[in-house]
Amino acid sequence: MCGDLPAGCDKIGGEEMSRSYDLLIVGVGGQGTILASNIIGEACLAEGRKVRSAETHGMSQRGGSVETHIRIDGEFGPLISAGTADLIISFDLLEAVRYSHFLKDGGVIVSGKNIVVPTSTFQQGLEVPSCESLEAILSEIKYHIIDAESAAMEAGSLLSQNIVMLGAASHHLPLKEDSLLSAVKKLVPPKTIEINTKAFEIGVEKGNK
Amino acid sequence: MAVRYMLGNEAIAHACVEANLDFASGYPGTPSSEVIDTLRRQDVRDFYIEWSVNEKVAFENALGAAWTGIRSLVTMKHVGLNVAADPLMTSAYTGVKGGFVILSADDPYAHSSQNEQDSRMYAHFARVPCLDPAGVQEAHDMMAAAFSLSEEFSIPVLFRPTTRICHSKSDVELGEVGKEHRKGNFEKDPRQYVVIPAHTRVLHKKLNEKQDAIAKRLVEIGYNKYEIRGKTGIVTSGIASEYVKEIVPDDVSIAKIGAYPIDEEWLAEFVSKHEKVLVVEECAPFVEEVVRQVACETRVHGKKDGCVPYEGELDPASTAAAFEKAGMLYDGNFPRDSSPVEGLPPRPPILCAGCGHRATFYAMKKVFGKKGIYPSDIGCYTLGLQLGAVDTTICMGASITVGSGIANSGEENPVVCTIGDSTFLHTGIQGLINAAYNNANMTVVILDNRITAMTGHQPNPNTGVTAMGDPSPSISLEALCRSCGISFVETIDPYDYVGTIEAFKRAKDTEGVKVIIARQPCVIEARRRGIKRRSFFVDTDACSGCGLCVKFGCPAIEFIDGKASVNALCSGCGVCAEICPQGAIRSEVKR
Ligand code: SF4
Ligand code: SF4
Repeated sequence: MCGDLPAGCDKIGGEEMSRSYDLLIVGVGGQGTILASNIIGEACLAEGRKVRSAETHGMSQRGGSVETHIRIDGEFGPLISAGTADLIISFDLLEAVRYSHFLKDGGVIVSGKNIVVPTSTFQQGLEVPSCESLEAILSEIKYHIIDAESAAMEAGSLLSQNIVMLGAASHHLPLKEDSLLSAVKKLVPPKTIEINTKAFEIGVEKGNK
Repeated sequence: MAVRYMLGNEAIAHACVEANLDFASGYPGTPSSEVIDTLRRQDVRDFYIEWSVNEKVAFENALGAAWTGIRSLVTMKHVGLNVAADPLMTSAYTGVKGGFVILSADDPYAHSSQNEQDSRMYAHFARVPCLDPAGVQEAHDMMAAAFSLSEEFSIPVLFRPTTRICHSKSDVELGEVGKEHRKGNFEKDPRQYVVIPAHTRVLHKKLNEKQDAIAKRLVEIGYNKYEIRGKTGIVTSGIASEYVKEIVPDDVSIAKIGAYPIDEEWLAEFVSKHEKVLVVEECAPFVEEVVRQVACETRVHGKKDGCVPYEGELDPASTAAAFEKAGMLYDGNFPRDSSPVEGLPPRPPILCAGCGHRATFYAMKKVFGKKGIYPSDIGCYTLGLQLGAVDTTICMGASITVGSGIANSGEENPVVCTIGDSTFLHTGIQGLINAAYNNANMTVVILDNRITAMTGHQPNPNTGVTAMGDPSPSISLEALCRSCGISFVETIDPYDYVGTIEAFKRAKDTEGVKVIIARQPCVIEARRRGIKRRSFFVDTDACSGCGLCVKFGCPAIEFIDGKASVNALCSGCGVCAEICPQGAIRSEVKR
């Protein structure tokens, strides 16, 4: 008895395989990486595109390092291999460096300006890397630093930093700005739509520069 | 039919609702917990759900329900299936009337588990069918079908997603919510449900007779399928088949295994058509062993000859590396020199600012010192490892049992074990009865935060509410412990540093089993319930820079330029203020 391959397998044979746009959203547990990835997922749906993502769950709320892999137009597994990501959005400069090896040649990092100092460094007396030294490590890579904190303040709430970052990174995402903004409005708590819309717009502007 | 962007576990839960689920039970465990959590959140809920006290209890509840003819589901993580293994093995014999699906979520790479065991082995052991989805959509589709498969063969069906399916999101096409619910009706049939030897021998034969038909059916349904495209072939299963599809060249054949038992004739036919076959799967070489069994002339590559790693999870790059080791070409480009930047300070998850566990650990170590032996258990508090407060962790409930073993071994240093309330009610209580019965000399600390915190704050018998949201009597841990014959049972508030130290000292000076119940709600849960405490701050002039508070390990305390400071994470537990010898940490005056 012989079966044929399941749906999705038919892409393998012959015809041109469309490559997915692969990005990571990284940060510190509690910074809203999952909301940001949900917004991208929702925007993909709105544009009728496939999307796959993999999230860190469980320990994430306890201040650990978190990573979400997102593959826009992805039709296979959700994981992105090291050295192949098109984009990294990082809410923390230290985490941007930690995950920078995921980037492919010519990939881009859009990172927040600050770092949350890991508690372990105080406890174990480890050296806290300075923002300058971290930027120096990234010097070979194309990266943009965004002052998400002041942008979020300007928008009206520090909690909107993740949306600022998304706006700033939107120039690199193969998604329409409109789809992203509608997804923001759909997914943030209703009371914060105005603030987050503003945060997104400021982000878009900052990302341009 | 709606397309939604959904978490694997949410899609699985939705599929259950589509399949007219009537009953669900489970014990929380990453990565399985969101299935029942999602069922709990449904607006309209015309089915029964419960969080049970452990996986064996959950399993037997769901089994009993399935015997009454309704459709039932039990969920757990892979190691939970060890706890439920006893009923699993024999429920395969008794079979079921209503569809019965056992969801056991595996965790390759042990993202949040103590091992990387493979649930497919249990299915093989018990001789029940196992479904092994490759992605979120397939998990959804297979779950909907799992119930009918269970009813068709009157057998429990094991459903085995992995972390990268449970905690993965994708566009998913959903079906309609089912409306045909059944009501339980238990029909007596001792030959089926009473497994005395005379009955069980007959049942065992029946179980064995089902196997071939099940294997054939799984090929018919299309869960196991292949396509011949060349002289080289891949056999792959679960999510690994997605990684294979991503990189496989056009002239390489693929057999995709989505369910077990595998029809060996069918597989032999595929294998024999190739000169060389590579088996790509996560966890155990489960498919590979069958492939090796049926292969005659064909060369087989996989884990056993080092082409595919035994440990961890796969991704496109490691799958490509396996192709290469097996002497096969692949599509795609995976740079070899992409390794992480070295020398960065690590950022592990830590106990929340103000978590009562940290305060309890601190006082415990203060009294029992470096020589104290600290067996611990599984929960947020396992993170106490970073504080030197966790010396052993093996499985749920094993803090008390490992502790009493050490205490009765002749070891002279004091044994103080820690266990959370949920874990205590899971399988800790038996160990406590045993320790009391056998006169162990040890202290048992129940870290009572009234909730199962680590897996996402699910209620337990200590919380006073059920999974359905109904109020229930909350258990008295004090009375429970006393009823074991233990006279030293003290309850403390870990935020009361001095009182906690005193209680530990009394325990140290007392012989026998001592129980200390350290009660303080989980700060995340407390915040949700609107409990607010004023934050603390450091008076920089008074701070001598001794760093004692930093050693306490609260993430709200920073140490910059030789002085401590408190950041916005502070939840106002006040313990650091009691630790500071200078009295430099104070409560913020109300503005
Ligand atoms: S979630 Fe609750 S129990 Fe877990 S570390 Fe945070 S405060 Fe402690
Ligand atoms: S009071 Fe001190 S120990 Fe408690 S949360 Fe605030 S900074 Fe941390």
